[in-house]
Amino acid sequence: MLVWRRRMRLPDQHRTRRLGSRSVQAAFLLMLLVLWYLATTRWRVSPLLLPNPALVLRDFWDILRSGEFVADLRVTLTELALAFLISASSGVIVGYIISRSQYRIRVFEPLFAGAYAVPIILFLPLYVLFFGLGPASKIALGATISFFPIALSTIAGFGYVDKVFVTAARAMGASDYQLFRFVLLPAALPVILTGLRMGFTVALLAIIGSETIASLAGLGHRIVYLAESMEMAPMFAYIVFVVAIAAILNTLVSALEARGKRLR
Amino acid sequence: MTAANPRAWLRQPWLARIGVIVALFAFWEIAARWWVDPMFLSPPSRVFASLQAVFETRGVPAALRLTLFELAVAFALSVAIGLAIGLAVGLRPFARQSFMPIVVLLYGMPQITILPLFILYFGIGPASKIAFGVSHGMFPIILTVVAGVQNIKPILLVSARAMGASRWQLFRHVVFPHMIPSFFSGMRLGMTGVLLGVLLAELYVSTAGIGYFTTLFTQNFDPTRLLGLIAVLAAMAIVLNEIVRRAEVHFSRWHTE
Repeated sequence: MLVWRRRMRLPDQHRTRRLGSRSVQAAFLLMLLVLWYLATTRWRVSPLLLPNPALVLRDFWDILRSGEFVADLRVTLTELALAFLISASSGVIVGYIISRSQYRIRVFEPLFAGAYAVPIILFLPLYVLFFGLGPASKIALGATISFFPIALSTIAGFGYVDKVFVTAARAMGASDYQLFRFVLLPAALPVILTGLRMGFTVALLAIIGSETIASLAGLGHRIVYLAESMEMAPMFAYIVFVVAIAAILNTLVSALEARGKRLR
Repeated sequence: MTAANPRAWLRQPWLARIGVIVALFAFWEIAARWWVDPMFLSPPSRVFASLQAVFETRGVPAALRLTLFELAVAFALSVAIGLAIGLAVGLRPFARQSFMPIVVLLYGMPQITILPLFILYFGIGPASKIAFGVSHGMFPIILTVVAGVQNIKPILLVSARAMGASRWQLFRHVVFPHMIPSFFSGMRLGMTGVLLGVLLAELYVSTAGIGYFTTLFTQNFDPTRLLGLIAVLAAMAIVLNEIVRRAEVHFSRWHTE
């Protein structure tokens, strides 16, 4: 009887509790907005430091409606696509070649892991020196930064497939292609997809970051340009815009990752 | 096996690893000497010979000290703030359920977009670098502290309570020791974040830190000293990461035993 009652009550309790924490979250965000609004209207915080949220919202709609973001967005997305294309193809190929022998894994994996631990953003001045202020330096930096997680996860994916599966497939007469297609790839794919998603995320950050630091165009450049000309409301609106773009891209990539994992 | 086959030691992975590094440096040396314009790349031999000159450049030692100071302060603040928020949020299930999504949301945001705001609020001096470093370093620490507190077996808490432990004793003897391993892995992630944040802010705008000198050397087309400075900074980052990693291995030993 007691067990039965507890079972009946638990989901209900759970639901009220989740409702409670949802309302705390909503209240917290609302409080932030109200504080922001009061700070700009009542407490007279300089609009050069903090613009009125209503103005930011208006500028945000203006940006969306006028489509003035298209040029910068195109630059950033092109850089991102090229950087990711380079790092994904080279990372997967290099990772696959290394993963084919235990010896090569033991030689190269610590090297890549070590390089991954260095903050590669340090090399940005060097890349700017090599490739100039244009998109090339951003593509190169994004590709370099995202190469390492992709290569490392490809090595991990292909390198640690259970030997029993390989031996069994060979014993059943699998050709090289069949071994790759039906044993190695399905085993490695989830790890590789995770690596690709991580690579995509860091490439996006690296590209917006390097646009912020030194560039001629792109979303990061636009934010800096507005900051330097002290146009605070449009700048906040662009920050919201970039954060939204990043969220959309990351959600999309996570969905693709989940889909790819189910596909095999 | 090594004794049986005198050539087996040639197949040692660490030797091949050094071989790969040497080959990379040789390639760099050859490329810089014969193929690439010396305005853009200089060979490693010249870069290492110029380390002395880099340190003798007026202001560089002070800039390195300043950057190290920014890193240290940002890391200390990240740990303190991350630990405080992590414990406050992690120890109560309701607070965890309410505030963790907000923390995760903030952590997932590309913080680089608000870097100009940090400069605006904290000035172009060290304060903005420290603040930006903290904004990168504290979130992984919060997340791992919460995860560490969450993973304590309820039976340990209940039995300590039953034996009459006070709140402080509960924290000191049950929660704290169990938190240590994840706390140290959080510190390692936090160090990575602090390095990224401080270096990003330095490169963005700097009046006395290393960002000033990387810009100066880039604009003067002085790849020798630029590479020397980057090498010193990379070495600094590796040493800092290694210290935190060693600490993590050392302090989480009791847990695996």
